Amino acid sequence: MKNIVQKTLAVMAAAGTLAAMPVHAAENGKFRVGVVTFLSGAAAGPFGVPSINGAKVLVDALNQGKVPAPYNVKGINGLEIETVVIDENGGATKQVEEFRNLAERHKVDAVVGYISSGDCLAISPVAEELGVPTVFFDCGTSRLFEENKTPRYVFRTGLDAAIDNIAAARYLVDSGRKVEAIAGIQQNYAWGQDSWGDFTAAIKQLKPGVKVTTEQFPKIFQGQYGAEISALALSNPDVIHSSFWGGDMEALVLQGNARGLFDKRSAILTCGESALDRFKGQASNGLIVGGRGPFGAFAPKNTLSDWFHAAYMAKNEIEPTYPAYKMVQAILGLKAAAEKAAAGKAGTVPGKDALVGAFSNLTFESVSGSVNMSRAKGHQALQGIAYGEYHYDAKTKKASLKNIKAYAGECVTPPDGTTAGEWIKAGFPGAKCGG
Amino acid sequence: MIHIDRSMVGLAAATLILAAAGGFVPDWLAFILTLALAKALVVQGVVLQMRAGLVSFGQGLFFCVGGYAVGMGGHFFGINDAPVLLLAGALAAVALAAVLGLLMTRYRDIFFAMLSLALSMILFGVLVKSSELGSTDGFNVHPATFFGLSFKTEAYKTALYLLTVLLAGGGALVLHLVHHSGLGRMWEAIRENEIRVEYLGLSPRWLLYANYLLAAAFAALGGGLTALATGHIDPEMSFWTTSGEFVFIALLGGTSHVAAPMVAAVLFAFVRTYAIEFTPHTWQMILGFVLLGIIVFLPKGLWSLVRSEKRAKA
Amino acid sequence: MTTFYAIFIDGMIYASWLFLVAAGLTVIYGVMRILNMAHGSFYAIGAYCAASMVGWYFSDFDGNPYLSYLLLIGCALVAGLVVGVVIEQGLLRFMYKRNELLMIIITYALLLILEDTTKLAFGVDPYFTYQPYALLGRSDIGGLAFANYDLLLVAVSAIIGLGCWLVLNRTHVGKVLRAVIHDREIAVAMGVNVRLMFAGTFIVGTTLGALAGALTAPSISVSPGIGVEVIVLAFAVVVVGGLGSIEGAIVGALLVGMTRSLAVHLAPQIELFVIYGVMSLVLAVRPQGLFGRTLARKI
Repeated sequence: MKNIVQKTLAVMAAAGTLAAMPVHAAENGKFRVGVVTFLSGAAAGPFGVPSINGAKVLVDALNQGKVPAPYNVKGINGLEIETVVIDENGGATKQVEEFRNLAERHKVDAVVGYISSGDCLAISPVAEELGVPTVFFDCGTSRLFEENKTPRYVFRTGLDAAIDNIAAARYLVDSGRKVEAIAGIQQNYAWGQDSWGDFTAAIKQLKPGVKVTTEQFPKIFQGQYGAEISALALSNPDVIHSSFWGGDMEALVLQGNARGLFDKRSAILTCGESALDRFKGQASNGLIVGGRGPFGAFAPKNTLSDWFHAAYMAKNEIEPTYPAYKMVQAILGLKAAAEKAAAGKAGTVPGKDALVGAFSNLTFESVSGSVNMSRAKGHQALQGIAYGEYHYDAKTKKASLKNIKAYAGECVTPPDGTTAGEWIKAGFPGAKCGG
Repeated sequence: MIHIDRSMVGLAAATLILAAAGGFVPDWLAFILTLALAKALVVQGVVLQMRAGLVSFGQGLFFCVGGYAVGMGGHFFGINDAPVLLLAGALAAVALAAVLGLLMTRYRDIFFAMLSLALSMILFGVLVKSSELGSTDGFNVHPATFFGLSFKTEAYKTALYLLTVLLAGGGALVLHLVHHSGLGRMWEAIRENEIRVEYLGLSPRWLLYANYLLAAAFAALGGGLTALATGHIDPEMSFWTTSGEFVFIALLGGTSHVAAPMVAAVLFAFVRTYAIEFTPHTWQMILGFVLLGIIVFLPKGLWSLVRSEKRAKA
Repeated sequence: MTTFYAIFIDGMIYASWLFLVAAGLTVIYGVMRILNMAHGSFYAIGAYCAASMVGWYFSDFDGNPYLSYLLLIGCALVAGLVVGVVIEQGLLRFMYKRNELLMIIITYALLLILEDTTKLAFGVDPYFTYQPYALLGRSDIGGLAFANYDLLLVAVSAIIGLGCWLVLNRTHVGKVLRAVIHDREIAVAMGVNVRLMFAGTFIVGTTLGALAGALTAPSISVSPGIGVEVIVLAFAVVVVGGLGSIEGAIVGALLVGMTRSLAVHLAPQIELFVIYGVMSLVLAVRPQGLFGRTLARKI
């Protein structure tokens, strides 16, 4: 009997020692940031890797004090930034476990990350409970601040996915295309279902009487879209909408293009920008692509974006895509907030409450221009979004965007207190779209 | 009468020590232990089936039912008491198992494994299609009360930890008794030779049916506890890789003793969490090598360390 | 009417791809009784090797574009051979006495290791080697365009299926293999070198997996995780058809492929359930799969 008890305890104790071993000094004079993004799985290539590369470029430059003003203070508030990188792959349960590790074992000062909507929804209450300033840089679910109604520690510097699809509908109508019959092909999970729901609702508002010819929902990571392409082609829509991303999107574009699916009609890819340089002429010219905000090829020219573009190119020898910009935006927001909260006391880590207090309703400069944390009680960025047409020059082997049309944040974002769904159904009351 | 043996005393002692440790360990460690022990409960069910010669690659089905019962109970039916929710989840799983078991008990070996996988993937599909339940994003679980008592953040986690430890320990004790009962022996006999069991005048099918139901109840309990601990549920719980992980842990520990799944689940949680931390790019590879090492050097699982030493002394 | 054509052709194309993916799995199971969880990794390795070599061929080497097809197949053969030999000789041959269940877990460990190895070797950035796919152009069938590459894949798949069947049923090696499949112990007693048969089968199986990946690579974007995605598909096809049977894999692939095509064209909402639905239905009616043998009950 003793033997079994001893053994059990020995194994448990061994595990316990292993667990307790690398207890980091909580205060080592650095600003510790947990960075969570996909390092493995299908989202790593298109999203995770550009974002972590962007983070590396920015953090290195910040630590050397090489970023242009107003970010020329070393690190964050004069403290060197130390990152703890975690792989986002593996599902929400695992991410909650890892988030707790970051907060309680690594004692990070803040967490920046999360691409998957499911992860954001699961992390949000945990971040509030543990009181860790957490900046979501990419996940697009509208439910985030619909469920977390009184956010305190949770911020999102990226845009809501509803905005992608409202703007997509506006772009199609505003560009004077024939939009009488539409069809969609979406990955069969929350992202695809929500995107299609928002898009169809929005286009029905802007173009009453529009007909849906077919809606295809292949399994995510399916890769083979032969039957779907036939079904889309046979239903003969004027517009094909897709919220595909990553390898799925590239496969769809390649297989569809080879079969002339995009020849006689418009097609819009809400995440298309992330593969701008990867299509290599396999996408048809005139394909409409979005970048989930003023990021990547849609980023405005300013000192910060020029600097980031050059620094990223120098290190990675490839154009930075929107996930890289979004990650950088999140870290810049955190830095701006922390330095505002420290109120001139350089070399200190501001208190968590001071930090989140300074972050809410903050306006900060970013690679995408000025960012206003003015929605969801000051916790959600309000920014514009743009769409444009893909054009490939066979001579230079370069892709570029034409006919770009940008929409102001006020034009495509529901006001606080209204869900995206309600706002679209009501016909976008209060939308300010300018001329 | 129940004969109290060394294992039972050992289990009771380990449970008490773990429960007492709840007061000392840091929160993150308590959280990992909570999740690991909840998982151990599911693995107990997988081991239960393995002892009868069945391997399920779809135990995520009942794990998910348990989790969603807890989440939906709070969201749609206004039930917020953890024990009630867990019980409801277990009952729902047993009810589902009672229907599916009629079909499943006709299958053995790889066909049992694949059909169980298919069934859990059908539930996955249904949940992905249910936008009211958040599709793949799932939804957050309301904080629960414990026997009518509600706790604040810190105490809540401790209460949940204690509940998990008690259920894991209690569950292991019950299974230990079952394994050594006539029923448990019959399951082993089925694994060894089903036809001879039939010749004894018993029905392997109904014996396995009971086994299937019991395993489902354990999986649902584990799922419910996981949902309460993470505060979030999504269809991933029913995805085949989740079920694969349970089989993985079951083999890691070995099937010879009810303490093995608990030790294996805790060890697995630590290996994974440290692999992710130290080698964020290659943690799967580390996991693979650990698994391979255990299979090559300890083919009967971690528990064979305990067993072999005992035999050497004797 | 066009829809009818489309359903048939799309179904055939998808079925031929499914068969390619499943063939290696069923060969290995049939002879060795190993349900190879790492099969998807062989598929991924084949795809990655082909995509990187073909990508290199087109960017740095200005050769005849049609030679890239040879490169595609060559890559798959080399990759399959190397990986097969290394794994069989380095690991599996020491494990043959272990039970079937443990073999599943061993291959699961292999899957985890190979996933990260592939990632280390090829990175996580997707490989997009469209040239062999785009090169062949398209054909108009009944008012609907199809990619010639996909149509060609149907023929390739048929050839591979026929080849496997012929080897198994019309050659001496095939006879010996069937003896091993039927009763391993008696085969050994009859002087069959089972170890050699096992090694050969495993290498053929991995090569078929790698070939499936290489042939798929030009039509997709080769990215991390593609291997894991095909495992369950391949399992389902093989289980529907009957584990270890080539004819079964063909029929299983056709059944799943056609059903999926029907669903996509007529009821896209149920596409997600097709594969598991077919699998559950077939197993409910025929527990051992369509072409599976019922094992004699040994007392």
